Amino acid sequence: MWAGYLGAAALWYACVAWLPLESFRRLPDPVAVLSEWLSPQPTYGISIFTAAYYKHMLYSTWRATAAFPVPPLAWVPLAILIFAGSEAAVIFVTFLVAFFATTLNTAVGVKLIDPDFFRAAACLGASRRDILVDVVLPGALPNIFTGLQIAMGAAWFSLAAGEMIAAQYGLGFLIMESYNLIQFPTIVIAMATLGLLGYASSAIIRVVGNRLMRWRAQSIGFAA
Amino acid sequence: MSGALSIRGVSKTYDPEGASVEALRECSFEVRAEEFVAIVGPSGCGKTTLLNAIAGFDTVSAGEISLDGRLLAARPGPDRVVVFQHGALFPWKTVLENVTYGPLKQRALSRPAAEAKALEFLRASGGLDTVAASYPAQLSSGMQRRVEIVRALMNDPRLLLLDEPFRAMDGFSKATMHQHLLDLHRRYRKTVVFITHDLDEAIYLADTVVVMTTRPGTVKQIIRVNLERPRVPQMLYSREYAELKKSAAESVHEEARRAFERGEKEQA
Ligand SMILES: Nc1ncnc2c1ncn2[C@@H]1O[C@H](COP(=O)(O)OP(=O)(O)OP(=O)(O)O)[C@@H](O)[C@H]1O
Ligand SMILES: [Mg+2]
Repeated sequence: MWAGYLGAAALWYACVAWLPLESFRRLPDPVAVLSEWLSPQPTYGISIFTAAYYKHMLYSTWRATAAFPVPPLAWVPLAILIFAGSEAAVIFVTFLVAFFATTLNTAVGVKLIDPDFFRAAACLGASRRDILVDVVLPGALPNIFTGLQIAMGAAWFSLAAGEMIAAQYGLGFLIMESYNLIQFPTIVIAMATLGLLGYASSAIIRVVGNRLMRWRAQSIGFAA
Repeated sequence: MSGALSIRGVSKTYDPEGASVEALRECSFEVRAEEFVAIVGPSGCGKTTLLNAIAGFDTVSAGEISLDGRLLAARPGPDRVVVFQHGALFPWKTVLENVTYGPLKQRALSRPAAEAKALEFLRASGGLDTVAASYPAQLSSGMQRRVEIVRALMNDPRLLLLDEPFRAMDGFSKATMHQHLLDLHRRYRKTVVFITHDLDEAIYLADTVVVMTTRPGTVKQIIRVNLERPRVPQMLYSREYAELKKSAAESVHEEARRAFERGEKEQA
Protein backbone atom coordinates (compact mmCIF):
# COMPACT_ATOMS: atom_id res chain seq x y z
CA MET A 1 0.00 0.00 0.00
CA TRP A 2 2.78 2.43 0.98
CA ALA A 3 4.68 1.49 -2.16
CA GLY A 4 1.58 2.50 -4.10
CA TYR A 5 1.41 5.90 -2.45
CA LEU A 6 5.12 6.50 -3.00
CA GLY A 7 4.83 5.44 -6.64
CA ALA A 8 1.95 7.85 -7.20
CA ALA A 9 3.88 10.69 -5.58
CA ALA A 10 6.94 9.95 -7.70
CA LEU A 11 4.82 9.89 -10.85
CA TRP A 12 3.21 13.16 -9.86
CA TYR A 13 6.58 14.74 -9.24
CA ALA A 14 7.90 13.44 -12.56
CA CYS A 15 4.87 14.81 -14.44
CA VAL A 16 5.26 18.28 -12.97
CA ALA A 17 9.03 18.37 -13.28
CA TRP A 18 9.66 16.84 -16.68
CA LEU A 19 6.53 16.54 -18.82
CA PRO A 20 6.56 19.29 -21.45
CA LEU A 21 2.85 19.90 -21.00
CA GLU A 22 1.55 23.37 -20.23
CA SER A 23 -1.29 22.04 -18.12
CA PHE A 24 1.10 20.18 -15.83
CA ARG A 25 3.35 23.20 -15.30
CA ARG A 26 0.71 24.90 -13.22
CA LEU A 27 0.49 22.01 -10.82
CA PRO A 28 2.64 22.22 -7.69
CA ASP A 29 5.02 19.33 -7.15
CA PRO A 30 4.56 17.05 -4.13
CA VAL A 31 7.52 18.56 -2.27
CA ALA A 32 6.01 22.05 -2.55
CA VAL A 33 2.62 20.75 -1.43
CA LEU A 34 4.10 18.91 1.52
CA SER A 35 6.21 21.82 2.74
CA GLU A 36 3.22 24.16 2.46
CA TRP A 37 1.08 21.61 4.26
CA LEU A 38 3.54 21.36 7.16
CA SER A 39 4.52 25.03 7.26
CA PRO A 40 3.88 27.07 10.44
CA GLN A 41 3.68 30.15 8.19
CA PRO A 42 2.04 28.89 4.99
CA THR A 43 2.25 31.12 1.90
CA TYR A 44 -1.43 30.66 1.09
CA GLY A 45 -2.75 30.56 4.63
CA ILE A 46 -3.59 26.87 4.93
CA SER A 47 -1.42 24.28 6.69
CA ILE A 48 -1.54 21.93 9.64
CA PHE A 49 -0.63 24.88 11.85
CA THR A 50 -3.53 27.10 10.89
CA ALA A 51 -6.92 27.06 12.56
CA ALA A 52 -8.58 27.63 9.18
CA TYR A 53 -7.39 24.22 7.96
CA TYR A 54 -9.17 22.42 10.80
CA LYS A 55 -12.22 24.54 10.37
CA HIS A 56 -12.43 23.40 6.76
CA MET A 57 -11.84 19.86 7.90
CA LEU A 58 -14.59 20.09 10.49
CA TYR A 59 -17.05 21.53 7.99
CA SER A 60 -16.32 18.82 5.47
CA THR A 61 -16.63 16.12 8.05
CA TRP A 62 -19.85 17.59 9.31
CA ARG A 63 -21.27 17.66 5.81
CA ALA A 64 -20.08 14.18 5.08
CA THR A 65 -21.87 12.88 8.13
CA ALA A 66 -24.86 15.22 7.87
CA ALA A 67 -25.54 14.13 4.31
CA PHE A 68 -25.63 10.54 5.54
CA PRO A 69 -27.42 10.65 8.87
CA VAL A 70 -27.39 6.89 8.67
CA PRO A 71 -26.24 4.96 11.72
CA PRO A 72 -23.05 3.05 10.87
CA LEU A 73 -24.76 -0.30 11.40
CA ALA A 74 -27.26 0.40 8.65
CA TRP A 75 -24.27 0.45 6.34
CA VAL A 76 -23.55 -3.22 6.89
CA PRO A 77 -25.70 -4.79 4.16
CA LEU A 78 -24.59 -2.20 1.63
CA ALA A 79 -21.01 -2.62 2.74
CA ILE A 80 -21.26 -6.36 2.14
CA LEU A 81 -22.40 -5.68 -1.40
CA ILE A 82 -19.70 -3.08 -2.00
CA PHE A 83 -16.84 -5.05 -0.50
CA ALA A 84 -18.04 -8.41 -1.77
CA GLY A 85 -17.26 -10.17 1.49
CA SER A 86 -18.45 -9.92 5.06
CA GLU A 87 -14.94 -9.65 6.56
CA ALA A 88 -14.11 -6.37 4.83
CA ALA A 89 -17.62 -5.05 5.44
CA VAL A 90 -17.37 -5.46 9.21
CA ILE A 91 -13.93 -3.88 9.23
CA PHE A 92 -15.21 -1.00 7.12
CA VAL A 93 -18.08 -0.21 9.44
CA THR A 94 -15.93 -0.48 12.55
CA PHE A 95 -13.31 1.74 10.96
CA LEU A 96 -15.90 4.32 9.90
CA VAL A 97 -16.97 4.80 13.49
CA ALA A 98 -13.49 4.78 15.02
CA PHE A 99 -11.99 7.03 12.39
CA PHE A 100 -14.30 9.99 12.96
CA ALA A 101 -14.04 9.86 16.73
CA THR A 102 -10.23 9.92 16.58
CA THR A 103 -9.85 12.45 13.78
CA LEU A 104 -12.29 14.97 15.20
CA ASN A 105 -10.76 14.81 18.65
CA THR A 106 -7.25 15.19 17.26
CA ALA A 107 -8.30 18.20 15.21
CA VAL A 108 -9.86 19.84 18.25
CA GLY A 109 -6.75 19.01 20.29
CA VAL A 110 -4.38 20.72 17.87
CA LYS A 111 -6.63 23.76 17.75
CA LEU A 112 -6.54 24.09 21.53
CA ILE A 113 -2.72 24.29 21.77
CA ASP A 114 -1.59 27.65 23.15
CA PRO A 115 0.06 29.57 20.26
CA ASP A 116 2.80 30.73 22.66
CA PHE A 117 4.20 27.17 22.65
CA PHE A 118 4.79 27.45 18.89
CA ARG A 119 6.46 30.81 19.40
CA ALA A 120 8.59 29.61 22.27
CA ALA A 121 9.79 26.65 20.21
CA ALA A 122 10.61 28.93 17.29
CA CYS A 123 12.57 31.25 19.60
CA LEU A 124 14.62 28.32 20.83
CA GLY A 125 15.59 27.34 17.30
CA ALA A 126 13.21 24.43 16.66
CA SER A 127 12.66 23.32 13.07
CA ARG A 128 9.22 22.57 11.62
CA ARG A 129 9.76 18.91 12.29
CA ASP A 130 10.79 19.63 15.87
CA ILE A 131 7.63 21.68 16.32
CA LEU A 132 5.50 18.84 15.02
CA VAL A 133 7.17 16.34 17.35
CA ASP A 134 7.68 18.55 20.41
CA VAL A 135 4.61 20.81 20.35
CA VAL A 136 1.81 19.58 18.08
CA LEU A 137 1.95 15.92 19.09
CA PRO A 138 2.30 16.23 22.87
CA GLY A 139 -0.05 19.22 22.87
CA ALA A 140 -2.78 17.26 21.13
CA LEU A 141 -2.07 14.01 22.97
CA PRO A 142 -4.75 14.37 25.69
CA ASN A 143 -7.42 14.82 23.03
CA ILE A 144 -5.99 12.10 20.82
CA PHE A 145 -6.37 9.68 23.70
CA THR A 146 -9.88 10.86 24.50
CA GLY A 147 -10.67 10.20 20.86
CA LEU A 148 -9.08 6.77 21.04
CA GLN A 149 -11.14 5.87 24.10
CA ILE A 150 -14.37 6.88 22.41
CA ALA A 151 -13.28 5.15 19.21
CA MET A 152 -12.44 1.94 21.03
CA GLY A 153 -15.86 1.82 22.69
CA ALA A 154 -17.65 2.61 19.46
CA ALA A 155 -15.53 0.11 17.57
CA TRP A 156 -16.52 -2.79 19.84
CA PHE A 157 -20.11 -1.70 19.67
CA SER A 158 -20.27 -1.64 15.90
CA LEU A 159 -18.07 -4.70 15.63
CA ALA A 160 -20.45 -6.82 17.67
CA ALA A 161 -23.46 -5.58 15.75
CA GLY A 162 -21.71 -5.96 12.41
CA GLU A 163 -20.73 -9.52 13.22
CA MET A 164 -24.28 -10.39 14.19
CA ILE A 165 -25.43 -9.42 10.76
CA ALA A 166 -22.57 -10.28 8.50
CA ALA A 167 -19.81 -12.51 9.84
CA GLN A 168 -19.12 -16.23 9.94
CA TYR A 169 -16.89 -16.07 12.99
CA GLY A 170 -16.51 -13.70 15.90
CA LEU A 171 -18.17 -13.12 19.25
CA GLY A 172 -21.02 -11.12 17.76
CA PHE A 173 -21.68 -13.93 15.33
CA LEU A 174 -21.48 -16.43 18.18
CA ILE A 175 -24.20 -14.61 20.10
CA MET A 176 -26.54 -14.63 17.12
CA GLU A 177 -25.71 -18.20 16.20
CA SER A 178 -26.27 -19.46 19.74
CA TYR A 179 -29.55 -17.60 19.87
CA ASN A 180 -30.70 -19.31 16.71
CA LEU A 181 -29.56 -22.68 18.04
CA ILE A 182 -31.08 -22.03 21.46
CA GLN A 183 -27.70 -22.40 23.24
CA PHE A 184 -28.29 -19.78 25.91
CA PRO A 185 -25.17 -20.33 28.07
CA THR A 186 -23.00 -19.69 25.00
CA ILE A 187 -24.78 -16.37 24.48
CA VAL A 188 -23.81 -15.26 27.95
CA ILE A 189 -20.24 -16.52 27.57
CA ALA A 190 -19.84 -14.54 24.34
CA MET A 191 -21.41 -11.45 25.91
CA ALA A 192 -19.18 -11.57 28.96
CA THR A 193 -16.11 -12.13 26.79
CA LEU A 194 -17.02 -9.11 24.68
CA GLY A 195 -17.35 -7.07 27.86
CA LEU A 196 -13.99 -8.23 29.15
CA LEU A 197 -12.21 -7.58 25.87
CA GLY A 198 -13.81 -4.14 25.64
CA TYR A 199 -12.71 -3.33 29.17
CA ALA A 200 -9.19 -4.65 28.56
CA SER A 201 -8.70 -2.65 25.39
CA SER A 202 -9.88 0.55 27.10
CA ALA A 203 -7.55 -0.18 29.99
CA ILE A 204 -4.62 -0.64 27.63
CA ILE A 205 -5.32 2.73 26.02
CA ARG A 206 -5.61 4.30 29.45
CA VAL A 207 -2.34 2.82 30.65
CA VAL A 208 -0.47 3.81 27.50
CA GLY A 209 -2.01 7.28 27.68
CA ASN A 210 -1.01 7.74 31.31
CA ARG A 211 2.52 6.61 30.52
CA LEU A 212 2.83 9.04 27.63
CA MET A 213 1.28 11.87 29.65
CA ARG A 214 2.99 11.50 32.99
CA TRP A 215 3.36 15.27 33.10
CA ARG A 216 -0.39 15.54 33.15
CA ALA A 217 -1.14 12.87 35.72
CA GLN A 218 1.27 14.47 38.16
CA SER A 219 -0.03 17.95 37.61
CA ILE A 220 -3.55 16.92 38.58
CA GLY A 221 -2.14 15.19 41.57
CA PHE A 222 -2.29 11.43 41.08
CA ALA A 223 0.43 9.05 39.98
CA ALA A 224 0.27 7.24 36.66
CA MET B 1 29.79 43.18 23.55
CA SER B 2 26.59 42.86 21.58
CA GLY B 3 22.88 43.43 21.81
CA ALA B 4 22.45 47.03 20.66
CA LEU B 5 18.87 47.40 19.52
CA SER B 6 17.60 50.12 17.28
CA ILE B 7 13.92 50.79 16.65
CA ARG B 8 13.27 53.34 13.90
CA GLY B 9 9.88 54.63 12.82
CA VAL B 10 8.11 51.38 13.58
CA SER B 11 4.40 51.37 12.78
CA LYS B 12 1.98 48.51 12.86
CA THR B 13 -1.58 48.35 11.61
CA TYR B 14 -3.45 45.08 12.10
CA ASP B 15 -5.74 44.01 9.31
CA PRO B 16 -5.29 47.12 7.13
CA GLU B 17 -8.13 46.17 4.73
CA GLY B 18 -10.68 45.00 7.27
CA ALA B 19 -11.30 46.32 10.77
CA SER B 20 -7.90 48.11 10.69
CA VAL B 21 -6.43 48.61 14.16
CA GLU B 22 -3.50 51.01 14.28
CA ALA B 23 -1.44 49.60 17.15
CA LEU B 24 1.91 51.40 16.77
CA ARG B 25 2.76 54.68 15.08
CA GLU B 26 6.32 55.81 14.34
CA CYS B 27 8.01 54.33 17.39
CA SER B 28 11.70 55.10 17.64
CA PHE B 29 14.27 54.53 20.35
CA GLU B 30 17.73 53.10 20.82
CA VAL B 31 18.91 50.51 23.34
CA ARG B 32 22.62 50.19 24.10
CA ALA B 33 24.29 46.82 24.43
CA GLU B 34 23.78 45.35 27.91
CA GLU B 35 21.27 48.03 28.78
CA PHE B 36 18.12 47.24 30.75
CA VAL B 37 15.22 49.06 29.14
CA ALA B 38 11.66 49.01 30.46
CA ILE B 39 8.69 49.88 28.32
CA VAL B 40 5.64 51.16 30.19
CA GLY B 41 2.27 52.06 28.81
CA PRO B 42 -1.44 51.55 29.45
CA SER B 43 -3.17 48.31 28.59
CA GLY B 44 -3.67 47.77 24.88
CA CYS B 45 -1.18 50.45 23.80
CA GLY B 46 0.82 48.09 21.64
CA LYS B 47 3.56 46.85 23.99
CA THR B 48 3.16 43.21 23.05
CA THR B 49 2.86 44.21 19.41
CA LEU B 50 6.26 45.91 19.63
CA LEU B 51 7.77 42.93 21.43
CA ASN B 52 6.36 40.54 18.82
CA ALA B 53 7.96 42.63 16.11
CA ILE B 54 11.35 42.58 17.85
CA ALA B 55 11.06 38.84 18.46
CA GLY B 56 10.18 38.28 14.81
CA PHE B 57 6.75 36.74 15.44
CA ASP B 58 5.06 39.36 13.33
CA THR B 59 5.92 41.87 10.62
CA VAL B 60 5.75 45.65 10.97
CA SER B 61 3.83 47.89 8.58
CA ALA B 62 6.60 50.48 8.39
CA GLY B 63 9.98 51.24 9.90
CA GLU B 64 12.88 49.02 10.76
CA ILE B 65 14.33 47.17 13.71
CA SER B 66 18.00 46.30 13.81
CA LEU B 67 20.23 44.45 16.22
CA ASP B 68 23.92 45.34 16.28
CA GLY B 69 23.48 47.20 13.01
CA ARG B 70 21.83 44.29 11.19
CA LEU B 71 18.21 44.52 10.07
CA LEU B 72 16.12 41.87 11.82
CA ALA B 73 14.14 39.42 9.71
CA ALA B 74 10.54 38.71 10.69
CA ARG B 75 11.58 35.27 11.88
CA PRO B 76 12.23 34.31 15.50
CA GLY B 77 15.60 32.98 16.51
CA PRO B 78 17.71 32.12 19.54
CA ASP B 79 19.52 35.46 19.45
CA ARG B 80 16.43 37.11 20.99
CA VAL B 81 14.46 34.92 23.32
CA VAL B 82 11.07 35.79 24.78
CA VAL B 83 9.75 35.08 28.27
CA PHE B 84 6.01 35.10 27.75
CA GLN B 85 3.32 37.07 29.55
CA HIS B 86 1.49 33.90 30.61
CA GLY B 87 4.49 31.56 30.69
CA ALA B 88 5.28 29.07 27.96
CA LEU B 89 7.33 26.29 29.50
CA PHE B 90 6.38 23.07 27.71
CA PRO B 91 4.18 21.29 30.28
CA TRP B 92 5.08 17.90 28.77
CA LYS B 93 8.81 18.36 29.30
CA THR B 94 10.68 18.29 32.59
CA VAL B 95 12.50 21.36 33.83
CA LEU B 96 15.79 19.94 32.55
CA GLU B 97 14.29 19.07 29.14
CA ASN B 98 12.81 22.54 28.85
CA VAL B 99 16.03 24.26 29.76
CA THR B 100 18.24 22.18 27.45
CA TYR B 101 15.76 22.38 24.57
CA GLY B 102 17.32 25.42 22.88
CA PRO B 103 21.00 24.35 22.82
CA LEU B 104 20.04 20.82 21.74
CA LYS B 105 17.74 21.88 18.91
CA GLN B 106 20.31 24.38 17.66
CA ARG B 107 22.97 21.68 18.00
CA ALA B 108 25.00 24.22 19.94
CA LEU B 109 25.94 21.76 22.68
CA SER B 110 26.10 18.00 23.14
CA ARG B 111 23.55 16.54 25.53
CA PRO B 112 25.99 16.07 28.44
CA ALA B 113 27.35 19.59 27.97
CA ALA B 114 23.86 21.07 27.74
CA GLU B 115 22.75 19.24 30.87
CA ALA B 116 25.83 20.29 32.80
CA LYS B 117 25.31 23.90 31.79
CA ALA B 118 21.60 23.68 32.61
CA LEU B 119 22.25 22.32 36.09
CA GLU B 120 24.80 25.03 36.72
CA PHE B 121 22.41 27.78 35.58
CA LEU B 122 19.55 26.26 37.56
CA ARG B 123 21.69 26.01 40.69
CA ALA B 124 22.71 29.64 40.31
CA SER B 125 19.03 30.53 39.97
CA GLY B 126 18.18 29.91 43.59
CA GLY B 127 18.84 26.18 43.78
CA LEU B 128 16.47 25.16 41.00
CA ASP B 129 18.73 22.22 40.11
CA THR B 130 16.88 20.25 42.79
CA VAL B 131 13.69 20.33 40.71
CA ALA B 132 15.38 19.53 37.37
CA ALA B 133 13.42 16.27 37.03
CA SER B 134 10.05 17.84 37.87
CA TYR B 135 7.38 18.89 35.43
CA PRO B 136 6.49 22.61 35.32
CA ALA B 137 3.03 22.05 36.80
CA GLN B 138 4.68 20.81 40.01
CA LEU B 139 6.43 24.15 40.57
CA SER B 140 5.17 27.41 42.02
CA SER B 141 4.56 30.22 39.56
CA GLY B 142 7.69 32.06 40.72
CA MET B 143 9.80 28.97 40.14
CA GLN B 144 8.25 28.51 36.70
CA ARG B 145 9.20 32.08 35.84
CA ARG B 146 12.78 31.54 36.95
CA VAL B 147 13.00 28.33 34.95
CA GLU B 148 11.68 30.11 31.87
CA ILE B 149 14.30 32.83 32.28
CA VAL B 150 17.00 30.17 32.62
CA ARG B 151 15.66 28.50 29.46
CA ALA B 152 16.11 31.81 27.65
CA LEU B 153 19.60 32.49 29.05
CA MET B 154 20.81 29.02 28.05
CA ASN B 155 20.81 30.20 24.42
CA ASP B 156 23.22 33.00 25.22
CA PRO B 157 20.86 35.43 23.46
CA ARG B 158 21.81 38.96 22.55
CA LEU B 159 18.39 40.15 23.66
CA LEU B 160 16.19 38.98 26.49
CA LEU B 161 12.59 40.00 25.88
CA LEU B 162 10.27 39.87 28.89
CA ASP B 163 6.56 40.55 28.48
CA GLU B 164 5.10 41.53 31.87
CA PRO B 165 6.62 38.44 33.46
CA PHE B 166 5.60 39.27 37.03
CA ARG B 167 2.14 40.64 36.32
CA ALA B 168 0.15 38.06 38.23
CA MET B 169 2.44 37.86 41.26
CA ASP B 170 1.89 39.04 44.80
CA GLY B 171 4.07 41.83 46.14
CA PHE B 172 6.51 39.64 48.07
CA SER B 173 7.22 37.24 45.21
CA LYS B 174 7.50 40.18 42.89
CA ALA B 175 10.14 41.88 45.02
CA THR B 176 12.13 38.64 45.19
CA MET B 177 11.88 38.21 41.44
CA HIS B 178 13.09 41.79 40.92
CA GLN B 179 16.25 41.12 42.93
CA HIS B 180 16.73 37.87 41.08
CA LEU B 181 16.39 39.51 37.67
CA LEU B 182 18.77 42.32 38.63
CA ASP B 183 21.24 39.72 39.80
CA LEU B 184 21.00 37.82 36.51
CA HIS B 185 21.43 41.03 34.55
CA ARG B 186 24.58 41.83 36.47
CA ARG B 187 25.92 38.33 36.03
CA TYR B 188 25.13 37.59 32.38
CA ARG B 189 25.22 41.13 30.97
CA LYS B 190 22.39 40.73 28.48
CA THR B 191 20.42 43.49 26.85
CA VAL B 192 16.98 43.30 28.44
CA VAL B 193 13.71 44.65 27.07
CA PHE B 194 11.20 44.49 29.91
CA ILE B 195 7.54 45.26 29.31
CA THR B 196 5.33 46.33 32.18
CA HIS B 197 2.56 48.71 33.06
CA ASP B 198 3.96 49.19 36.55
CA LEU B 199 5.98 52.39 36.70
CA ASP B 200 7.64 51.54 40.04
CA GLU B 201 8.88 48.25 38.69
CA ALA B 202 10.15 49.96 35.52
CA ILE B 203 12.16 52.62 37.36
CA TYR B 204 13.53 50.22 39.94
CA LEU B 205 14.84 47.75 37.37
CA ALA B 206 15.80 49.74 34.30
CA ASP B 207 18.52 52.03 33.02
CA THR B 208 16.03 53.60 30.65
CA VAL B 209 12.26 53.80 30.85
CA VAL B 210 10.33 54.28 27.61
CA VAL B 211 6.84 55.63 28.28
CA MET B 212 4.33 54.87 25.54
CA THR B 213 1.13 56.70 24.69
CA THR B 214 -2.21 54.96 24.43
CA ARG B 215 -3.05 53.34 21.11
CA PRO B 216 -1.73 54.01 18.56
CA GLY B 217 1.40 53.57 20.66
CA THR B 218 4.15 56.11 20.18
CA VAL B 219 7.08 57.03 22.39
CA LYS B 220 5.87 59.72 24.76
CA GLN B 221 8.88 60.15 27.01
CA ILE B 222 12.26 58.56 27.57
CA ILE B 223 13.60 58.65 31.12
CA ARG B 224 17.22 57.88 32.02
CA VAL B 225 17.37 56.25 35.42
CA ASN B 226 20.63 57.22 37.05
CA LEU B 227 20.17 55.24 40.24
CA GLU B 228 23.28 53.32 41.18
CA ARG B 229 23.70 49.61 40.63
CA PRO B 230 23.37 47.24 42.36
CA ARG B 231 19.85 48.36 43.09
CA VAL B 232 18.55 47.71 46.58
CA PRO B 233 15.01 48.06 47.93
CA GLN B 234 16.01 51.05 50.10
CA MET B 235 16.36 53.07 46.91
CA LEU B 236 12.58 52.99 46.57
CA TYR B 237 12.53 55.57 49.38
CA SER B 238 15.35 57.78 48.11
CA ARG B 239 14.89 61.32 46.85
CA GLU B 240 16.27 60.52 43.38
CA TYR B 241 13.72 57.76 43.03
CA ALA B 242 10.88 60.03 44.07
CA GLU B 243 11.96 62.65 41.56
CA LEU B 244 12.23 60.15 38.74
CA LYS B 245 8.85 58.84 39.56
CA LYS B 246 7.35 62.28 39.64
CA SER B 247 8.76 63.15 36.25
CA ALA B 248 7.26 60.02 34.71
CA ALA B 249 4.05 59.74 36.67
CA GLU B 250 2.43 62.71 35.02
CA SER B 251 2.73 61.36 31.51
CA VAL B 252 1.83 57.86 32.57
CA HIS B 253 -1.31 59.03 34.33
CA GLU B 254 -2.26 61.25 31.44
CA GLU B 255 -2.05 58.30 29.06
CA ALA B 256 -3.88 56.03 31.45
CA ARG B 257 -6.69 58.56 31.66
CA ARG B 258 -6.86 58.90 27.89
CA ALA B 259 -6.98 55.12 27.52
CA PHE B 260 -9.74 54.96 30.11
CA GLU B 261 -11.80 57.70 28.48
CA ARG B 262 -11.38 56.21 25.04
CA GLY B 263 -12.38 52.85 26.38
CA GLU B 264 -15.61 54.41 27.61
CA LYS B 265 -16.19 56.07 24.26
CA GLU B 266 -15.67 52.81 22.44
CA GLN B 267 -18.23 51.19 24.70
CA ALA B 268 -20.85 53.89 24.15
N1 LIG C 1 -3.71 40.04 15.98
C1 LIG C 1 -4.35 41.20 16.17
N2 LIG C 1 -5.29 41.62 15.30
C2 LIG C 1 -5.94 42.79 15.48
N3 LIG C 1 -5.71 43.63 16.50
C3 LIG C 1 -4.80 43.26 17.41
C4 LIG C 1 -4.06 42.03 17.31
N4 LIG C 1 -3.20 41.96 18.36
C5 LIG C 1 -3.41 43.07 19.08
N5 LIG C 1 -4.34 43.85 18.53
C6 LIG C 1 -4.79 45.17 19.02
O1 LIG C 1 -3.69 46.03 19.00
C7 LIG C 1 -3.66 46.84 20.17
C8 LIG C 1 -2.37 46.64 20.91
O2 LIG C 1 -2.32 45.31 21.43
P1 LIG C 1 -1.12 44.77 22.33
O3 LIG C 1 -1.42 43.37 22.67
O4 LIG C 1 0.16 45.05 21.63
O5 LIG C 1 -1.25 45.71 23.61
P2 LIG C 1 -0.47 45.63 25.01
O6 LIG C 1 0.10 46.97 25.24
O7 LIG C 1 0.45 44.48 25.03
O8 LIG C 1 -1.67 45.38 26.02
P3 LIG C 1 -1.68 44.61 27.45
O9 LIG C 1 -1.09 45.54 28.45
O10 LIG C 1 -3.14 44.39 27.70
O11 LIG C 1 -0.91 43.34 27.29
C9 LIG C 1 -4.87 46.44 20.99
O12 LIG C 1 -5.89 47.38 20.75
C10 LIG C 1 -5.26 45.09 20.44
O13 LIG C 1 -6.64 44.92 20.53
MG1 LIG D 1 0.58 42.63 26.22
